[in-house]
Amino acid sequence: MDFSLTREQELLKKVAAQFAENELEPVAAELDKTHVFPVDNFKKMAEVGFTGIGVPREYGGTGGGATEKVIAVSEFARKCMSSAAILSIHLIAPQAIAKYGTKEQKEKYLPRLTKGGELGAFALTEPNAGSDAGSVQTTAIFDPETNEYVLNGGKCFISGGSRASVLVIFALTDPSKGLRGMSALIVENTMPGFSVGKIEEKMGIAGSETAELIFEDVRVPAENLLGKEGQGFKIAMQALDGARIGVGAQALGVAKEAVDLAVKYSHERVQFGKPISALQGIQWYIADMATKTEAAETLVYKAAWLEDTGKPFSKEAAMCKLNAAENARFVTNLALQIHGGYGFMKDYPLERMYRDAKITEIYEGTSEIHKVVISRAVMGK
Amino acid sequence: MRIYVCVKQVPDTSGVVAVNPDGTLNRASMQTIINHDDLSAMEQALRLKDATGCQVTAVTMGPPPAEGMLRELLAMGADDAVLISAREFGGSDTFATSQIISAAITHLGLGEEDIIFCGRQAIDGDTAQVGPQIAEKMDIPQVTYCAELEKNGNEIIVKRMLEDGYMKIKVQTPCLITCIKDNEFVPRYMTVNGINDCYSKPLTVLDFEALKDEPLIELDTIGLKGSPTNIFKSFTPPLKGVGIMLEGNGKETCADLAARLLDKHLI
Repeated sequence: MDFSLTREQELLKKVAAQFAENELEPVAAELDKTHVFPVDNFKKMAEVGFTGIGVPREYGGTGGGATEKVIAVSEFARKCMSSAAILSIHLIAPQAIAKYGTKEQKEKYLPRLTKGGELGAFALTEPNAGSDAGSVQTTAIFDPETNEYVLNGGKCFISGGSRASVLVIFALTDPSKGLRGMSALIVENTMPGFSVGKIEEKMGIAGSETAELIFEDVRVPAENLLGKEGQGFKIAMQALDGARIGVGAQALGVAKEAVDLAVKYSHERVQFGKPISALQGIQWYIADMATKTEAAETLVYKAAWLEDTGKPFSKEAAMCKLNAAENARFVTNLALQIHGGYGFMKDYPLERMYRDAKITEIYEGTSEIHKVVISRAVMGK
Repeated sequence: MRIYVCVKQVPDTSGVVAVNPDGTLNRASMQTIINHDDLSAMEQALRLKDATGCQVTAVTMGPPPAEGMLRELLAMGADDAVLISAREFGGSDTFATSQIISAAITHLGLGEEDIIFCGRQAIDGDTAQVGPQIAEKMDIPQVTYCAELEKNGNEIIVKRMLEDGYMKIKVQTPCLITCIKDNEFVPRYMTVNGINDCYSKPLTVLDFEALKDEPLIELDTIGLKGSPTNIFKSFTPPLKGVGIMLEGNGKETCADLAARLLDKHLI
């Protein structure tokens, strides 16, 4: 058993940390305030190659897999959760196209979504289809005369939806079959009938621009069907398994930073004539925070390792996300508590980290739906 | 055209400095970073590579772990790297170091259009001597404090940044240029594909055996023995005492400040 990163992964971690410190941290508070997507920083991520992680190099990607994603996303999350979320969620679309796409689809879309600096999005959620992803109502009815699917309906809470140029959208190509009639389509935001509705004002990860999408007779060429007709639910669930490791990485990163900030502050803050780090109450807080974060890290990397080595990882992906998300809330809360009044002020990053951490318990499947996934895997259906 | 970029691994200034019994730095036991001016030199070289497609070679002298730094430079975009490393070279001062690096570059070959880039100076010794000494020993022209340059064939126009302005100077290749850290030349990041490739790019190790026939290499011109510099003592300076904050903007505070400065003979 070997827990060490490869030498290339060590360098990836180093450059991700440098990038996070130089490019992401300086804008983190601003993104939180303005709720505007950081277009320039996303392009810089593409220049370095972060947006092509998990995509083969022949299609403009930078190779690697789940472990590389965890490394980059968790380093980003230390300094700016919005940016970590943007990268983590962006990667779902190119990775799904790389896995299920035809050669033509890969050649057409992957270079744009990797080195091209264009944003991808993954659109499954609808007002009535959240945890119950099978209740999707958006339809994509095939028109044999034009060889196109006609997309109607809408999606909500789509991260990056207002900025993405290439989106993987899930719709019913055969509504009579329910879940088995769901298919995945590659949709471009320039297709007539595609529009962006409300951009949500959120509690956290404000810079990721979460949008409502509206489809009115969007005509999608048949060659944009991703995988086969009826394969949509499977594609969505597999993509979400991988995405959950990405959320685990976000939760891990913000927790690690919160532990570091709490340790630093506890050494600096003097009360009753000595640093508060000398108080056993604080020491025990830190011990709990560090231990739980270490455990979260191990589980996140284990899930990534399982995915990268081609082993089943659905249960572990759910476990690592559930555990890391609960830990992120626990740790950011205590780190804020250790900072006292200063932690509550916007001059310090803790209150933002505390708000940002909360989303990890909700998106890409709530903690509750993860418990359903895990209990089924452990107990049988 | 080939550009040699001489780089140095220096102690991370946020860490503790470790010293050998002979007064030299114990580099192996310290956290290290790539010297800032050298990174600017690498960026200048890589921009010339972007424009002309020339070959960029990173060169360093140091213990075997310095390979890690060279791999990072390869991940940034350098084509190949040279690690000059041998027990005989250990403990070299600037004189001996420039002797060895000159021998190494001569060994590798310096063409008519080639350039050697160095950082202006390293943050550990702060001598700014190695670059100019290499130029002297290789008998090529040198231009120091380069902030910007323009290359046309065998001619380079260098903009030198000086304390009170700048100076433009024309120089013929082959030549040596020392670069300063400049806001215009922020070093690029390693790229992810650069990282994927950096361990398969060529890295040559030149040891004593490889260089011993070079005329500049004699046992009394290299290493600690060949170093005219004698180090009396290396140490981490003790932290200064806590400052005193005077509050208020009235005459009394100013008088208090003046009295304190007078007391210490500072005014």
